[in-house]
Amino acid sequence: MSRLRKDYEHTKTARFVAFVQGDEPPRDEDRTEEWRRRVEEQAETDRAANASYLELPDTDPQADRRLLRMTGFRRIRRFYYVIAMIMCLMIIGMLILNVAYMPPFGSEDAPANNEVSERYLEKGGEETGVVNTVTGMILQYRAFDTFGETNVLFIGACTVIILLLHREGEEDKRRHHEESVSDNGDASEWTRVTYSPEYDRKGDVILQTIAKLVVPMIFLFGLYILLNGHLSPGGGFSGGAVLGAGLILYNQAFGFRRTERFFDEKIYDIIKVGSLCLYAMIIAYYLFTGANGIPSIVPLGTLGAILSSGLILPINLLVGLEVACTMYAFYALFRKGSF
Amino acid sequence: MEWIRNFPFFAILLAMVSGPVSSVLPGRHARRVSFLVVITSGLLSVCTLAYVLYTGEAFTYQMGAFPAPFGNEIRAGVLEAMTATFFCLIMLLSLVGGYRFTAVDIAEDRENLFYILINLLLASLLALIYTNDLFTGYVFIEINTIAACGLIMIRGWGRNLLAATKYMIMSLLGSGLLLISIAVLYGITGHLLMEPMHGAIVDIVEKGTYTEPLTVAVGLFCVGIAIKSALFPFHSWLPDAYGYSTCSSSAILSSLVSKGYIFLLIKFFYRVIGTDIIHQIQVDDVLFVFGIAGMIFGSVSAIQQTDVGRMIAFSSVAQIGYIYMGFGLNTEAGMIASIFHILAHSAGKSLLFVSLNGLTGGNWENANYRKLRGAAYRNRIAGVGFAVGSLSMVGIPLLAGFTSKVYFAQAAFGVSSTTKQLVTLVALAVSTILNAMYFIGQTINIYTPLQRTEGRPRVAVGRAMWTATVLFILLNLLLGIGSEPIFRWIEEGLRLFG
Repeated sequence: MSRLRKDYEHTKTARFVAFVQGDEPPRDEDRTEEWRRRVEEQAETDRAANASYLELPDTDPQADRRLLRMTGFRRIRRFYYVIAMIMCLMIIGMLILNVAYMPPFGSEDAPANNEVSERYLEKGGEETGVVNTVTGMILQYRAFDTFGETNVLFIGACTVIILLLHREGEEDKRRHHEESVSDNGDASEWTRVTYSPEYDRKGDVILQTIAKLVVPMIFLFGLYILLNGHLSPGGGFSGGAVLGAGLILYNQAFGFRRTERFFDEKIYDIIKVGSLCLYAMIIAYYLFTGANGIPSIVPLGTLGAILSSGLILPINLLVGLEVACTMYAFYALFRKGSF
Repeated sequence: MEWIRNFPFFAILLAMVSGPVSSVLPGRHARRVSFLVVITSGLLSVCTLAYVLYTGEAFTYQMGAFPAPFGNEIRAGVLEAMTATFFCLIMLLSLVGGYRFTAVDIAEDRENLFYILINLLLASLLALIYTNDLFTGYVFIEINTIAACGLIMIRGWGRNLLAATKYMIMSLLGSGLLLISIAVLYGITGHLLMEPMHGAIVDIVEKGTYTEPLTVAVGLFCVGIAIKSALFPFHSWLPDAYGYSTCSSSAILSSLVSKGYIFLLIKFFYRVIGTDIIHQIQVDDVLFVFGIAGMIFGSVSAIQQTDVGRMIAFSSVAQIGYIYMGFGLNTEAGMIASIFHILAHSAGKSLLFVSLNGLTGGNWENANYRKLRGAAYRNRIAGVGFAVGSLSMVGIPLLAGFTSKVYFAQAAFGVSSTTKQLVTLVALAVSTILNAMYFIGQTINIYTPLQRTEGRPRVAVGRAMWTATVLFILLNLLLGIGSEPIFRWIEEGLRLFG
């Protein structure tokens, strides 16, 4: 007959079992007591809230049944964890197995090496005026997708603003429930974290000194990536990310007050909306002329020159500004709750 | 090329540009812009519909200077134009119907954010409908998801944030699976546009190479869309998201957002994979089983709810089940019934949410069924709207829901397998009875007169809401009585798909 090891609690099996059962489940009787108390509290609040409209019976006959259902749920939960894990392992296994059936990476006769990629590689330079084929693909051949992708960034920033704006006082309203119920909660306040000086920590000297040296170089490098997007690896998205990182570093070192001297909400709005609208106009022109067979008036220039490749250079610049703004906006919003 | 062929592109671009423009406008101007954009897009779609019906064939529109397998493309046929028109109409009516609650639920200086979300949601829906490229579909699914998430939490209560978190987690899982699926499909076909991809897939199936990755990719695509459109076992995010959002959000989310994804799935079945191959790898049977399960369990969950908002939300799970059951039949009649049900459900569900908000005054604390007793006497038009929506969902003749159920039943008789036939008919019957149990029950509940009415909310009906409700009711009647032309359009659209 097997015997329980003395140090069973510290074995891997025990830890795994504890993990499966959820972190340290309380004893059944404790949990039961807690549920009973909670159910009673809930019934009490329900009664208080509904007192003026209807007469609930004094004791809730449902309470015991509800209690039963909740303890039952705890038992199901263990199965749930186990089954969830088995399912995940199965999906992982299936996907890995799937890779074995896919065409080998880089193989010559893979279906992806067809006339499409051939044309991108061989005629890309001639048709779009770029040396960096990737840029030609995303900004000319598949320009519409990239325009959509830039809008994803924009709407992401909008949603973060919505997320950080929330109402206070729901709990209070539920408890007191004095005002007329048709009132839609005007009594509650919209709140957001507002600016406070504590976000401007006195930056330390090392960070500030290094930032002074590095930030201009980062900005220059970001601009270089933006402007050379059609010639060398890079382009709007990567250059914008570098610019945004530079802004964030400057902000970390010198605080919001100094950053806002040259980059506040107004400038942010102007750059964001301006670049997106200009981008939209350029893309509308490009798609419209392309679709209707109207020759584009923008010359492609000589291959390899900095001022070449037609519409790609301005688009890269605008995408870069949009990306930089969004990155900084995410940082600023999560850091202090507003711009 | 005729000038009118630019219209789908104009509609998408207009909606996309209006987003950034709205972000610097004050709330009331943003609202005007948004209404204008929805109306204009609707009109452009009507023109497109008239044009494709006149010419009798679909057209593709090259997005940019490069033709099909190299550049992006959109495509407009009868089905696309009809769905786009219908979605614009529903969106407009939902916005008008929830107009009063939007003003109350959303802080004034943030109102423009709401309309940015609406504009970009419209853009993404139109792009999902018109796209002829799987990856473009994915990009706009992302926009759609983030916009929907914003719409859920814009009301700002803790409960909305929780619902949005749930939605985001589930929805991102769905997006991830979709992306893997598209990547696998690209790996085995080398194309992203629908027609060349279809050609490559037919080749694959003939040669017998890469059939395993193809099955996996189709499976992942279906699961991804199923999660995002709340098919039965993946519906846990749905009740909170629909039940507690602001009126317009609930109406738009329940009637449009999930339908956009489903429309992409229809395109995927017909234009990318092909219905024969779908049948060959038996994805249709799987969808059939889950659809049937959704029809039953969605309704069972709805019966258990005490909160009427959540009840309506759970009934969406059942209705989505109907749509997937139609896919599972894998006949043309089944697909037509499903597409008709998409329209019928959109019209009915948005009507239900708008009128429920009319009954409760937009406050979910009043949505408990006890507090709603007699509510129809306090707000008559909302009461009528709720009754019509409920009856349509149950499937009472003359209303939209009845027609779609008849189509489903007819489609069931056309299936070769007797088991499927029987299961479909029994599930339709059981689900109708379950629907009746809660919807008719609620309708009787709100029409039960009360002795004491003091302390009950008395909601003033705005003119906007009155108009929207009446138009919604008319739309439901129209779909119920005059379904014949729409049926023919769907048939024509599917023929153009094939």
